Amino acid sequence: MMVRWIAGGRVIDPDQDVDRLADLELADGKVVGLHPVGTAPSQEDTLDASGRWVMPGMIDIHVHFREPGQEYKEDLLTGARAAVAGGVTTVVCMPNTMPAIDKREVVGLLRRRAAQIGLCDVQVCGAISRGLKGEELADLGEMALAGAACFSDDGHAVMNAGLLRRAFEYASDLDLMLMLHEEEMDLSNGGSMHEGAVSSRAGLRGIPSASESALIARDLEIAHEFGGRMHVCHMSTKRGVELVRAAKARGWPISAEVTPHHLFLTDLAVLESHYHGHTKMNPPLRPWEHVEALREGLKDGTIEAIATDHAPHGDVEKDEAFGCCAFGVTGLETSFSLTRRLVDEGVISLSRAVELHTSGPAKVMNWNDRGTFRAGTRADVCIFDPERVWIVDPSVGFSKSVNTPFTGWELKGQVSTTVFGGRVVYHEGKPAA
Amino acid sequence: MKPVAGLGQLKSLDDLTNRSGWPHSLFSTDGLPRAAALDIIDTAREMVGVGRRRVKKLPTLRGRTVINAFFENSTRTRVSFELAGKRMGADVINFSASASSGAKGETLGDTARTLAAMNPDLIVIRHPDGGAPWFLRERVGCAVINAGDGINEHPTQALLDALTLMEQLGDLEGRTVAIVGDVAHSRVARSNIHLLHTLGANVVCVSPSTMRPAQMDLALKAQWTDDLDALLPRCDAVMMLRIQRERLRESLFPHNREFAIRFGLNPRRADLLPSHGIILHPGPMNRGVEIEPAVADGDRAMILSQVENGVAVRMALQLMLLGRSES
Ligand SMILES: [Zn+2]
Repeated sequence: MMVRWIAGGRVIDPDQDVDRLADLELADGKVVGLHPVGTAPSQEDTLDASGRWVMPGMIDIHVHFREPGQEYKEDLLTGARAAVAGGVTTVVCMPNTMPAIDKREVVGLLRRRAAQIGLCDVQVCGAISRGLKGEELADLGEMALAGAACFSDDGHAVMNAGLLRRAFEYASDLDLMLMLHEEEMDLSNGGSMHEGAVSSRAGLRGIPSASESALIARDLEIAHEFGGRMHVCHMSTKRGVELVRAAKARGWPISAEVTPHHLFLTDLAVLESHYHGHTKMNPPLRPWEHVEALREGLKDGTIEAIATDHAPHGDVEKDEAFGCCAFGVTGLETSFSLTRRLVDEGVISLSRAVELHTSGPAKVMNWNDRGTFRAGTRADVCIFDPERVWIVDPSVGFSKSVNTPFTGWELKGQVSTTVFGGRVVYHEGKPAA
Repeated sequence: MKPVAGLGQLKSLDDLTNRSGWPHSLFSTDGLPRAAALDIIDTAREMVGVGRRRVKKLPTLRGRTVINAFFENSTRTRVSFELAGKRMGADVINFSASASSGAKGETLGDTARTLAAMNPDLIVIRHPDGGAPWFLRERVGCAVINAGDGINEHPTQALLDALTLMEQLGDLEGRTVAIVGDVAHSRVARSNIHLLHTLGANVVCVSPSTMRPAQMDLALKAQWTDDLDALLPRCDAVMMLRIQRERLRESLFPHNREFAIRFGLNPRRADLLPSHGIILHPGPMNRGVEIEPAVADGDRAMILSQVENGVAVRMALQLMLLGRSES
């Protein structure tokens, strides 16, 4: 169903500094503008949003939809359903699929498949290196022509500094940024959780904080000297935040994202869960001082986006002992409800919370056609019921996988309706495809 | 696989209570109550007597099934458990498998469910990954004993070490025990630190910094030094850990000779111990690396008592975990 008006809701659009009751007018898949409440005619294509928050469709710049090759974990359809259930209308898919997204054919295939499904905008992040091997450049230029939005070897760090230099140089010709998974592999050394008091108590090999911050420091230097836009994926450490903050203060073109799980859970979850695989992710959960630093980074603008790193895995990967099970957790369906909790905890304002899911990530990606209700932008809308209390239960979710660490959490507020390009793609528990 | 629910309640390591699994299982000595530990050790003393009899077999666990599930080679530990089970009259089955699901084509979850379907009364698990005993217990109904999980814990080793120490020293309250070697990667060390603390002993770990666990004061509440000579005169016992060759590749130390010079227990160092001081080693030893042959074979070394006590402790545990429950 196409929507013409969204009436009577509390419209929150941080990009325009708007937070007021208003009627939102859409036409031809685009935003027309905001009007005083009562302007909207009562007709079939008017959605009543009274008592709801009306926000630009959310943007999640870091997800793994597992297509092609691992469709038993997730595919474009189930991933898109999970996205719209979380109010997300644009995702950026990481290239660590099987085969990796390192050629224009794969980029084109995914873009076409996603368009057929039509639930949300699936943007594709191409690989930096062929086969994500970190040895030679992938087909960056051809992938860009096929519509790749950015480049990353996510899941792996680019350990070869010379290759990274060339990738920065080459990608800046294409005006696309590199999204970097920052992990010094020799420091991680096969670890499976954060290295510190908890790993010592748990008897697990650790991944030290310096594994992340050392590579951020190196890559900042490379990006600075050779030019290029650098984005830090799933930042998890206090030192990482400090390094990014300092680089920004010098005016360097750098951005960063953080995941919901790094904002709410600590490494203690590994012991608390008795070594449950749903507490294993990369980067790992860190102690509270890091969580606090990340939250501080949200507040002061060091981090501009919350991105889930939605990483579905099946039992084949997760029903294993902690040391050998796969890294990663899902997150699309709980993402904004968790961020809202940060507002209730007094960490950030509601406007900032919305910004971190809308205009924040849009700016990271250099997109000006979404993440806002400015006239002429795509009619992507997330309608959120702020009073609805729900319990996270992945068995009734839309992702094919159940590996969320937030099972059983009572969250306040849930997405009720998602509109993508003017069309209702999700309404009260039902995706349109 | 069931998701884990309600995370985020645990706020500090200090709030961690009994992780031992006792009395249904034994995963860890972390939080094992003092009374339970002493009960196990007392029962093990009786089992030492049984092991020395001409007829060593008890009928107690007749008709009960024990599976030794070993995902990592360890002939010594397996034989000790096997002998213990057989002496208690149980049917003991050895099951060995590779730990990587790639190699065996099924996950540990699959293996656990397969083992559970055989209706064992007890599974003894040795696995190269920390936490595997907890994982197994979630998926089987029976008792589980941790026979070593990765670098995490080896609680039966700690119990047999405690029995050996108490045989020689009596009450461990206020005693000082040095643990020397790769504490960071030692399941023997971790289990011993917890149990010795519970029994009132002071534990001082001795190693190069490369082998010290991260934030060990917070994590394990144990002291640390790299000066073995200064420590030995005030030790009632010293436990030498086996130096593993694979740690050389990780550059935890330059080479064996240097380790022997800095941390090896040679006759000169052994003489620094007080006259009642004893020496333990979990075996197998690297003679000439962490311990010199003259020390290993000397009067202070309790290494063979440890082996004998190992069988007794494992008999006691099987008795206590299975003998008490309904048959
Ligand atoms: Zn990553």
